[in-house]
Amino acid sequence: MNQDPLIIAGRTFRSRLWVGTGKYQNFEETRNAIEASGADVVTVAVRRVNITDNKSENLLDYLDPKKYTILPNTAGCYTVEDAVRYSRLARAAGVSDLVKLEVIGDERTLFPDTAGLIEAAKILIAEGFVVLPYTNDDPIVAKKLVDIGCPAVMPLAAPIGSGLGIRNPYNLKIILETVNVPVIVDAGVGTASDAALAMEYGADAVLMNTAIAGARDPLMMATAMRFAVDAGRLAFKAGRIPRKLYATASSPIEGML
Amino acid sequence: MKIVVNGEQHQAEEPLTVTLLLQKLNLRSEQVAVEINLKILERGDFPTWNLHDGDKVEILSFMGGGSPA
Repeated sequence: MNQDPLIIAGRTFRSRLWVGTGKYQNFEETRNAIEASGADVVTVAVRRVNITDNKSENLLDYLDPKKYTILPNTAGCYTVEDAVRYSRLARAAGVSDLVKLEVIGDERTLFPDTAGLIEAAKILIAEGFVVLPYTNDDPIVAKKLVDIGCPAVMPLAAPIGSGLGIRNPYNLKIILETVNVPVIVDAGVGTASDAALAMEYGADAVLMNTAIAGARDPLMMATAMRFAVDAGRLAFKAGRIPRKLYATASSPIEGML
Repeated sequence: MKIVVNGEQHQAEEPLTVTLLLQKLNLRSEQVAVEINLKILERGDFPTWNLHDGDKVEILSFMGGGSPA
């Protein structure tokens, strides 16, 4: 798939599967699952370091920065102020201006607060950040995010960690027709077919965490997701046949007795 | 002097730069962000930035996370 790279804000990505680094048993499992997924973008959270346990390892020791683009998120931020603060801290902790912006609206659904998201995105874009917004499956909000300068949008498939798959394929299709930037389906994917479907609709990439980390065998699921994203992408580019109500014979009638 | 690091009280000898504090805590400066009294420091300022009595220091790093909040 190298001849089909994903390009966002001048950056070229090899893989159309992006993965999170949360919920794994340990850093070794994290590293192995990411490797199996083939992802070259990995999301991380920004949190206080453990200063009481001096021997505690750092996730970055397990992720080669030459191999992966580290994409910090603002998960857990419920206000514009917090999301902006965490984005700035992420930039200070890392080396790039990339941020996966989340402004969460509600604890139960973890749905984005899209009004807050747009406000925070405006502030961060003015400060030179490359803002990749985690947003709802709302085409109007997606359009607004692009209009204010987001170089990609990341609509959810379903609530974070829910594994429900794409709950609103029609909205996703409208988003894909509405915006002229890459669309990365983020959150809610449950299994390989969900990821393949997102790519078949024309999504440019899929980001997931729980679907892999929460699987009984995360490494095997990471591999399944890699194949699913590649298969979905190829099927999208190949162009599926139209759906028809009645049969069309595949074998010729000529030559029959 | 007394400083607060990640919410915990610390007794420290002056002078204490941010770089020295990170060394004492066994942290690598290239893996952390440091915020002092709500101001985020540039990494280049770590070696020369002196901490003062009453400073509230936050040291953050990248942790496992993806979609979960």
